[in-house]
Amino acid sequence: MNHLLTTQDLDRDQLTMLLDTADGMVSLLERDIAKAPTLRGKTVATMFFEPSTRTKLSFDKAAKALSADVMSFTASSSSLSKGESLKDTVLTVQALGVDLMVVRHGATGAPWRVAEWVDVPVVNAGDGAHQHPTQALLDSLTLRQHFGTLDGVKIGIVGDIRHSRVARSNVFAFATLGADITLIAPPTLLPVANSEWPVRTTSELDDALTGLDAVYLLRVQSERGGASVFPSLGEYRARFGLTAERFKRLKPDAVVLHPGPMIRGVEIDAVVADDPRALVLDQVTNGVAARMAVLYHLLGGEADV
Amino acid sequence: MKRVMDEKDVARAIRRVAHEISERNRGAGDVILVGIHTRGIPLGDRIRRELEAIEETEIPLGTLDIGLYRDDFASRPAPVIGRTDIPDAVEGRTVVLVDDVLYTGRTIRAALDALTDIGRPARIQLAVLVDRGHRELPIRADYVGKNLPTSEKERVTVHLQEIDGEEGVWIEATL
Amino acid sequence: MSRTIFRNGTVLTAEGPVNADVEVAEGAVVAIGAVASVGDDVRELDCDGLWVGPGFVDIHTHLREPGHEYKEDTESASRVAAAGGYTSIVAMPNTDPVIDSGHLVRYTIERGREVGLLEVASAGCVTAGRAGEKLAHLDDLWAAGVRMFTDDGDVVADAGLLRRAMEYLAQLGGVVAQHAIDPGLARGGHMHEGPVASGLGMYAIPSAAETVVVARDIELVRLTGCNYHVQHISAAPTVELVAAAKQEGLPVTAEVTPHHLAFTDGDVGATDPAFKMMPPLRSEADRTALVAGLKSGVIDVVATDHAPHADHEKDVPFEHAPNGVIGLEWAAAVVNDRVGLDPVRFFEAMSVKPAAIARIAGQGHWLAAGAPANVTVFDPNGITEVQHSRSKSRNAPYFGRQYAGAVTYTMYAGAMTYEESGVLV
Repeated sequence: MNHLLTTQDLDRDQLTMLLDTADGMVSLLERDIAKAPTLRGKTVATMFFEPSTRTKLSFDKAAKALSADVMSFTASSSSLSKGESLKDTVLTVQALGVDLMVVRHGATGAPWRVAEWVDVPVVNAGDGAHQHPTQALLDSLTLRQHFGTLDGVKIGIVGDIRHSRVARSNVFAFATLGADITLIAPPTLLPVANSEWPVRTTSELDDALTGLDAVYLLRVQSERGGASVFPSLGEYRARFGLTAERFKRLKPDAVVLHPGPMIRGVEIDAVVADDPRALVLDQVTNGVAARMAVLYHLLGGEADV
Repeated sequence: MKRVMDEKDVARAIRRVAHEISERNRGAGDVILVGIHTRGIPLGDRIRRELEAIEETEIPLGTLDIGLYRDDFASRPAPVIGRTDIPDAVEGRTVVLVDDVLYTGRTIRAALDALTDIGRPARIQLAVLVDRGHRELPIRADYVGKNLPTSEKERVTVHLQEIDGEEGVWIEATL
Repeated sequence: MSRTIFRNGTVLTAEGPVNADVEVAEGAVVAIGAVASVGDDVRELDCDGLWVGPGFVDIHTHLREPGHEYKEDTESASRVAAAGGYTSIVAMPNTDPVIDSGHLVRYTIERGREVGLLEVASAGCVTAGRAGEKLAHLDDLWAAGVRMFTDDGDVVADAGLLRRAMEYLAQLGGVVAQHAIDPGLARGGHMHEGPVASGLGMYAIPSAAETVVVARDIELVRLTGCNYHVQHISAAPTVELVAAAKQEGLPVTAEVTPHHLAFTDGDVGATDPAFKMMPPLRSEADRTALVAGLKSGVIDVVATDHAPHADHEKDVPFEHAPNGVIGLEWAAAVVNDRVGLDPVRFFEAMSVKPAAIARIAGQGHWLAAGAPANVTVFDPNGITEVQHSRSKSRNAPYFGRQYAGAVTYTMYAGAMTYEESGVLV
């Protein structure tokens, strides 16, 4: 792998390799000294042109756990406001001496352009509503830890799928790993022209619930137009929220995932969020491990997978 | 390809090593076995069973992946990293590292660094199935299944039932 | 005075293609037939296997002058056009300042004359300042020579305003050319709404954005009888609307770009801004309908919508890139390769009908004795490899590809402007 830009480029073997290494990284993170010298002397630049706290901190932690140095760039504090182009910004950072760039940008395809301009590996930390591949890795890892495999696991993805890069990344990763996927959303939030997606779709959460092994809740994204296509948050909760009552109707060993941040009382009731079957905190830990695995494999010498 | 150890040779070597561990450590009371990925793990498991039969007590077995501590990370393809799980705290204990082949010593050097990040054992010993010589670092094994003088042009292959479906040690000349 | 004889080509005349020689002298076609090579100062060109026809006319070029000369200007555009076989182009009025008054029309035309490589005509805005609020001085534009009126770059959205423009121009015989994209349906969109956009999560523009405008405008044609031209048609349903309007006898014409004939939304999958333009590249079914429409004549002409943008403007993420690609230099080859028209339909689409739609008097004449010597020689079996751009800009989707067909000679007003050795300034 030269870059990690999209889960659509990863076949089953590559996904499995990343998940296996991520598992190895989990065990590193469980130690008192949760650090290894592997990337000592390497510099990872995190370039976030769109705000983020959790993903940025997660990459930061992942790099530091492998003893890499981190160079951090955020759009607000930057030269972009002085009219510098994205291209010049990344070339300048590269010239400071970095070994890998993590890029999050609001424009679809921006990490691909960056990969064309620079000579180092690029990791897509989220581009527009398109892809967020490390999220898909950590979600796949969490499900695999719980079920042993994703083959045949029935996953329902609920919420604003149309505007979600998490959904797009997850759909392709989960499908490649053999899961059975249902998208559950009002018609205005299902992806347009989705007949070629490896999923089935429905707008009725209550019908779909009882057959699911895992419920994946997406956020209502007001910053991306999600809320404006829905009459109110109360309406959203009533039709698509994982309420305590709906939670009771799930299979007894079904689990709940959420990419965060959660809005308790909207996508998910507080009591559900605090239930042991909600694996949200595992997702966070796995996020660091998954990102460590990505950094490890991209910066390893001459890797040919 | 020349087979230098068959299944029986391997079993005998393991039994002898287990006895030596027990003798050297006066019983295995504070021993923790740690198998190095990949084949050190089934070997460690077999040593454990022999030891438990000798000492009639449970011996903890951990796993260690040294992939994050290698000194050649940048120049070779990065293999999958396995789990490192050591079930007991190593403080004050005797850790016996287990691996299949001891060659340049760099793997063991990495294992020592990894162990140091995990804790501070009272002592660390090393058990290997095969010592093929050609050390590049000042490292030696405490317990050796078989000493196998080789040339650098030869390749030593260890296969174990649990991983490879067959058992034995082979030497072949590479060009 | 020197003479040129194009020998033994397939000559496009009003009666159809004939295998003949064409003699040109003093800026006019002198004879078609078997021409004797008598006298000195004669240049003879072997045109065996080549098509010899009227020079191409592009009724949709963005000269970028005045105002954006760093992207292109009259001289660089003329050189590109000559290399592409064009002897005339119509400049779009979305310059800076926009062409909404006579003196800017005269400036544009005069600049073309100064460069002297082809005939530059000018379109004019429908609305003042291209702002879509009130009509431009259509009479002033008409007097300066404008016959094609468009707010290209923007749609004329106000139906009432458009109706008044059409009523006025219907009396004069002008043509309203519409950049048919509904702003509400297209809002925030960057590419065609379909499975590719769905996978990319990009806001997208449905074909309906084009068809709703054209359907509405056809009603206005019925109301006013004004000539109406659909610019850069992109969607299959729009082709059907145009066909039905023609069936009804309405004065509706349409153009298609070479890039819409060659590419689809699948080509946008890699989010390379070289494939970003307005209207966007649509599905394979749409592309097929455009090819069929051009073949049948429902789509009358090819028009390049040559839209230069500087490297630094296009070397950005897809969503931030300006719309537009260049194409004057390779249009003929792309059309020949991707559509494959017979020589009559080819020159009709590239020369005769564009000149008729834009009412450019000296252009688009089937070759005949006495016709102006605007001649393009095209090799349908040649190869055009797209490696370099003669334009100031390089924003094209064609790089690294090759197309069957090549322009061999371009002659404007009796003087050669392009041949294999390059553009002759």
